[in-house]
Amino acid sequence: MSFQQKILSSKNKITLISGILIVIGFIAHFGFGNTQVFNIAFIIASILGVAPIAIQAFGALKVKVISIDVLVTIAVIGAVLIQNYEESAIVTFLFLFGSWLEARTLNSTRSAIKELTEMAPEVAFKQMENGEFEEVDIWDVDEGDILQVRTGGKVPVDGTVIIGEGHINEASITGEADPVRKETDSEVFAGTILENGTIQIRADRVGEDTTFGKIIELVEEAQDSKSAAERFIDKFSQWYTPVVLVGAFLTWVFTQNVELAITILVLGCPGALVIGVPVSNVAGIGNGAKNGILFKGSETFQDLAKVDSILFDKTGTLTVGNPEVAESKTYGDADLALSYLASVEGESDHPLAKAVLSELGDIELYPVDNTDVVKGGGIVAEVNGSRVAVGNVALMEQEKVKLNAKARKDFETYEKRGNSLVITAVDGELKALMGIRDQIRPGIKEDLQAMKNLGVKNLVVLSGDNQGTVDLVAKELGLTNAIGNLLPEDKAAYLKELQAEGEIVAFVGDGVNDSPSLAMADIGVAMGSGTDVAIETSDLVLMNSDMSRLQYAIGLAKTTVNNMRQNIVIAIGVVLVLLSAVFFSEWMNMSIGMLVHEASILVVIVNGMRLLRYNLKGSKDFNEKEASVVTEA
Amino acid sequence: MQKANIQLETLTCPSCLQKIEGAVGGLKGIDKDSLKVMFNASRVKVNFNDEEISIEKIEKAIQDLGYEVKKSRVKAA
Repeated sequence: MSFQQKILSSKNKITLISGILIVIGFIAHFGFGNTQVFNIAFIIASILGVAPIAIQAFGALKVKVISIDVLVTIAVIGAVLIQNYEESAIVTFLFLFGSWLEARTLNSTRSAIKELTEMAPEVAFKQMENGEFEEVDIWDVDEGDILQVRTGGKVPVDGTVIIGEGHINEASITGEADPVRKETDSEVFAGTILENGTIQIRADRVGEDTTFGKIIELVEEAQDSKSAAERFIDKFSQWYTPVVLVGAFLTWVFTQNVELAITILVLGCPGALVIGVPVSNVAGIGNGAKNGILFKGSETFQDLAKVDSILFDKTGTLTVGNPEVAESKTYGDADLALSYLASVEGESDHPLAKAVLSELGDIELYPVDNTDVVKGGGIVAEVNGSRVAVGNVALMEQEKVKLNAKARKDFETYEKRGNSLVITAVDGELKALMGIRDQIRPGIKEDLQAMKNLGVKNLVVLSGDNQGTVDLVAKELGLTNAIGNLLPEDKAAYLKELQAEGEIVAFVGDGVNDSPSLAMADIGVAMGSGTDVAIETSDLVLMNSDMSRLQYAIGLAKTTVNNMRQNIVIAIGVVLVLLSAVFFSEWMNMSIGMLVHEASILVVIVNGMRLLRYNLKGSKDFNEKEASVVTEA
Repeated sequence: MQKANIQLETLTCPSCLQKIEGAVGGLKGIDKDSLKVMFNASRVKVNFNDEEISIEKIEKAIQDLGYEVKKSRVKAA
């Protein structure tokens, strides 16, 4: 280790010693009136303290960067030259002590993400050439290796079970807490935990290629991603420090006042401004990651905080997604008619048709001829010489089916109960009525209401299902708009339309067939355990299909954006106060400047850390809102 | 081509980034496009040609700036 590195690695010790020297100096000066000890102690403290700063400053200059270290080093050397040892010692001490505190507090803002990355497997039991399993570093595992996982152990790679069985907790990937049973040929994922049993797996994907690895990489990159505002601040600070340096130099040239010049150098350090926004960003992303929400970057916070409209890609996001025949009725002798119905529906892959078929079960089928799909109505076909119409009321009217008052009343009751109607008529005679409906996901109504309370204006479902089904879901959930019969490209077009009206639009999808919309939306939200496509095209990934996560994400985004604004205000405010104090007050000097400067950095970091605790506050708000919804109802 | 993943001590100032990018980016034998200095993760990722430069040289360049290298891993890219 070189001399320079030795100094740098004992930075903390140097800080401590120089702190002690300063205390000794002050005691000597004010306690015993001993100026000589005072001066010597402070000179040693200055030289000792400036050494690590100067080494870093030199390193920065070598790569043509004027860093804060450069400003501080020059200021301290200046102070020593004008024999103001008190200032030089205190400034170096404060700067070192400040960086130490910053590192510690920064570590806490990063703790949430660290917890996640630490869940990454470090070792694996790999089958060696002699057939025995030996513990190796995860870095030494390659695709195709055979690995053993024991009870309580972490699955080290994405792979396939080849021998054994057991239950695995996949919460780290899917957010689902219930263990999943795995046996031969089951897929297992890195970062999940084998709760019982012993399995041998073949490594299919390792390291960064595993699902967990991708999640970590995504989060690690997200916390470093920068919004336009941050890039501006970065650019600004690149120019800012040299400008401060020139400004201080000019001050010295014109006033010959070294004291003033070096004070400007210290005051000009752009600390809080540079660190304030990234700190909020890291804490916000960390909070999200801990709660199963992956933000792709700081821009996502900005957009999500302002979101006007949320588009849901299908009714399945809001419903259980499994339409069933809820009630049915026949008119007259309908046995043959039901067989005809099954035969006709067998030709269709419409979700309603599937529900009908699973309701009818094993039933005699007949060949179907001349099938005619009536758009927005149903199907008309010829079966066994009879004309069979299957569809809604409009189709029946079009087919001139006799509908008496009782039948019409049945239709009405069924519809009121939230059913889509499938009516069957044979040769113009009404034979059967089926009411089909999909269950709304539990809790979703409250989640949507919470989103509205957070300022989301439009909640829209865009669905490939028929308009009737979509309308029902929309009515039940209080959605603003519901459009059925859409193809993926229609959804993208609708999204574009809203954006053209100046709205900030979020699109919630599963990322497979809706990637265009996900990519085009201001915020693409991928639901469910992240498939590759979803992770790549979206801005926000909800680890499980729990809609309450989305509402949480919006709340978190709003809080994070506010937090960033507070930090910018604090940082700019402090610089303005310091600079005006330099020119208009007597009390401002280098040491106070450094103290305020370091304090402001700590204030923005601590402020950012508040975001890590958003969970409690957020869920409390949520409960209150939930309660108020209930009382309103 | 080798892929290096270097874990550093906690980085606290964003100007550290510029310094490390400058120092590692200026080395001969590294793939400049692959260089990623991650501030919050305090980590450097870079691909390099092991015939031209060694991981030790890359580590030294970072250490000379005053940043401690905690752990580094190299794997064939």
